[in-house]
Amino acid sequence: MAFMMGSRKRAVAGGVMLLSAAACATVSDNLVPYQISGDEIRAPLAALAGDAARGRDVLMGRDGNCLLCHAVPETGARFMGNLGPPLSGVGARLSAGQLRLRIVDPGRLNAESIMPSYYRMEGLARVAGVWQGKPVLTAQQIEDTVAYLQTLR
Amino acid sequence: MPAATRLGMVPDLGRWSAALSTILLLGAAPAPETPPHHPAKSGIDYASDDVRRMQADDFANPGMLWVAQGGKRWQEPAGNSGKSCAACHGDAAKAMKGVAARYPGVDAATSELLNLEGRINRCRKDQQAAEPLAYESEDLLALTAYVAHQSRGQPLQVSVDAAARPYFARGREIYYRRQGQMNLACTHCHEQNVGRKLLADTISEGHGNAYPIYRLEWQSAGSLHRRLRACYFGVRAEMPAAGSAELLDLELYLAWRARGLPVETPGVRR
Repeated sequence: MAFMMGSRKRAVAGGVMLLSAAACATVSDNLVPYQISGDEIRAPLAALAGDAARGRDVLMGRDGNCLLCHAVPETGARFMGNLGPPLSGVGARLSAGQLRLRIVDPGRLNAESIMPSYYRMEGLARVAGVWQGKPVLTAQQIEDTVAYLQTLR
Repeated sequence: MPAATRLGMVPDLGRWSAALSTILLLGAAPAPETPPHHPAKSGIDYASDDVRRMQADDFANPGMLWVAQGGKRWQEPAGNSGKSCAACHGDAAKAMKGVAARYPGVDAATSELLNLEGRINRCRKDQQAAEPLAYESEDLLALTAYVAHQSRGQPLQVSVDAAARPYFARGREIYYRRQGQMNLACTHCHEQNVGRKLLADTISEGHGNAYPIYRLEWQSAGSLHRRLRACYFGVRAEMPAAGSAELLDLELYLAWRARGLPVETPGVRR
């Protein structure tokens, strides 16, 4: 299909991914490796502990911007999009590991997904200069967001 | 993505012989298929009531200020020729009626794809011996809005004949390619998720039939290329320059998708 022509090439399918930033090589810009098991990344990225309150800020703020596409009524936000499924109660439906993979790289589960990958740098085309060599969210922001989503039950 | 798949396929001779012979009889290159949204729905149909009212009322529509300025520029001599647009074209209401509905188009003399802005600048160079107007400058926006306004209500009917086909094919490719850190293509919002909400905005089919528009977010009039660049920015992709070949190709493809929609210039959008 035409729109999949730019689809990513998996360097290591289903295994450990070790990616390094091509540019902007500060330590925080590098991706930590992670292990996919089934539809989960069970271990927290870089063994970091997530903070739900900070995760709510990531989700509602400009870094995550999750509400552009997802309704999260628990946030009390006035405007919420509906390109993606509502996330109300998602903490009861999905495990932390399932949530983690769905944020890190949803294309793993559905190559046609329109959801961006928040912790991936390879396989992207024509990325604007300021965003090159860095994921959308840091490992800590991913863990914080996972922690917040787990509170939605 | 049935539409994309269809468009990407080379017709099988045996199976499509009837259709092909019809096309050959007409003496044209194989015509692109019907755009996915057919009939097309204008972006104004997704706008709020206050925006619709603002566009519909010429006294409330801020874009009319650019149209009025364009009317003045139309009459003014320009360049070493000392000729105005009117000196050759006369009354724009007659001479320019329906013109914008056929743009972008391939210039017969150079085989280049020109949009309205490009045509105006070509005229300045060749006929008026004048410097080109900068893309997105007030004067070019005004003249473009003025010329396009003369076609208000006329259905878009851009040509995608053999001469235009390479440009069209590249435009279609751009429409379906993922790009930027968000890894999204035009199709993901404007074809697959039309009518859904991106935060507070309703996603439209992404037609260019109202440009140049007055956009409330800009507090100004702006070109289709400025709006397209905003989408590139949104998906965090490298932005081609306004007036670049890439955006011209995309403009042609979008104009084909918008076939039949009336020119609305000057449109008003949020």
